[in-house]
Amino acid sequence: MLVKKRKGIEIPSSEITPRHLYLSRRQFIKGATGGAAFLAASALLGSCRPSEPGTEAEPEGGQASATVDELGDPLTPYRNVISYNNYYEFTTDKESVAARAANFSTSPWQVEVGGLVNNPRVYDIDDLRRFDQEERTYRMRCVEGWSMVIPWIGFPLSGLLAEVQPDSRARYVRFETLYDPDRMPGQKSRLYPWPYVEGLRLDEAMHDLTIVATGLYGDNLPPQNGAPVRLVVPWKYGFKNIKSIVRIDLVEEMPVSLWMAASPREYGFYANVNPEVHHPRWSQSTERRIGDLQRRDTLMFNGYAEQVASLYEGMDLRLNF
Amino acid sequence: MTPRRTDDSTTIARLLSIVTHIGALIPLALLLWDYWTFQLSADPIREVTLRTGKSALSLLVLSLACTPLNTLLGWKKLIPLRKTLGLYAFLYASLHALTFVWLDYGLDPELIVEAVFQKRFALAGFAAFLFLVPLAMTSNRWVMRRLGKRWKLLHRLAYLAGTLGVVHFLWLVKNVYTQPLIYAAVLALLLVVRVRPIKHKIVDWRTEVKSRLVRGPTPTN
Repeated sequence: MLVKKRKGIEIPSSEITPRHLYLSRRQFIKGATGGAAFLAASALLGSCRPSEPGTEAEPEGGQASATVDELGDPLTPYRNVISYNNYYEFTTDKESVAARAANFSTSPWQVEVGGLVNNPRVYDIDDLRRFDQEERTYRMRCVEGWSMVIPWIGFPLSGLLAEVQPDSRARYVRFETLYDPDRMPGQKSRLYPWPYVEGLRLDEAMHDLTIVATGLYGDNLPPQNGAPVRLVVPWKYGFKNIKSIVRIDLVEEMPVSLWMAASPREYGFYANVNPEVHHPRWSQSTERRIGDLQRRDTLMFNGYAEQVASLYEGMDLRLNF
Repeated sequence: MTPRRTDDSTTIARLLSIVTHIGALIPLALLLWDYWTFQLSADPIREVTLRTGKSALSLLVLSLACTPLNTLLGWKKLIPLRKTLGLYAFLYASLHALTFVWLDYGLDPELIVEAVFQKRFALAGFAAFLFLVPLAMTSNRWVMRRLGKRWKLLHRLAYLAGTLGVVHFLWLVKNVYTQPLIYAAVLALLLVVRVRPIKHKIVDWRTEVKSRLVRGPTPTN
């Protein structure tokens, strides 16, 4: 696959060492002793331990050209990215999604793009792959409090929207996942108003950070990660990053996402990563980066404040959560 | 000849005790094994927290089930198991609390205070654990004798701890309430069986059934 290395987000020279870890209020030493003591004990017995399965970062199909994100934090190992997924269409057990989705066929696949546009059309996967694909290494922060760093392959959503030409009435973009309870048995559950729906404000959708992803780690998306095409909006909580998209519509009214409908008090439309606005039932001020022993502070807009804060100037982020 | 019956009785009691000890330690053994073989999922600390928590709650519920089962089925041999199960529940609850405070939050007082006191699910868990502490500390014969009647009253806190544990579980799951609701239903059932009029009815019914089985069908003539 021909992939252009992204030149946009450079590592600022002043930020080579991960300051956000050093300056955090984490009491590094105290926490470290706990973890260290535990690891020391297991290190003593280490010689008898079976080897850690598949620690290679690269899948067979390809590899990532990045090794860290723009803040200097390492990529999440490939095997974790593909084996720890929230995809309730298959199961609510994060570790079982991969097995259950293994035979999910994603070809043929079509994405209908329409609504308030001058040039509606239907794209199949090859059409989407004809856009210039780039590797974008983004952090993904789940609302539950864990996060990963993933090298996605995709292209800016703005490119797709430019082709269909939203008209003057369009204010939001609405996305919809496949609805097929036979192939996605989790959709038989009546706990959620399937199919999965998500939405973005038009300016959020047009932002350069927002991408339509067709791959990760240099290869096509595995089913459990939302094959064959998904959305990645890195400054918002993971549930905004809708998977296995079949419809994209430009609309006038704010779309009601599945999570907004399921738990309106807990999940809002904007869902911007914000350590100061907590989930009603748990704090959002820290997160666990998968692979790390210690918690880390959650960053405003997931570390993309510089690029996106201006979109929300003057907005009360506590009300518009 | 009574000596044989006593031997059988003690053997059964001992067997039950051994099975309970082994059974209660299986979750811990599995946890250690999974840690050793890298099977603890991408977020091992969360996995350990979840598994120790569920083991603690399950063992507490099992401990609370002993008396109702005796009421229902007349299995007196379950009564001594309450202490064993209760103490193992406390062991797992302690591991659960330790994982949360040490492994997860790195003994950071600011973070822990924020996590526990600002978020009600953590507060419920903290309260549940707090109530288990005096129960664990008074689980020996010496204290039992000193407290007398008050010991029984104190140990009713086990139900409060169990309820808080279920509430803790309910408040932390993300929409899929099946498991916590099952625990809640079982706990509610156990509580209902202890209510005196219901308990008496069950015991009466049980004795009636038993005597009918012993007597055989009532002869008609």
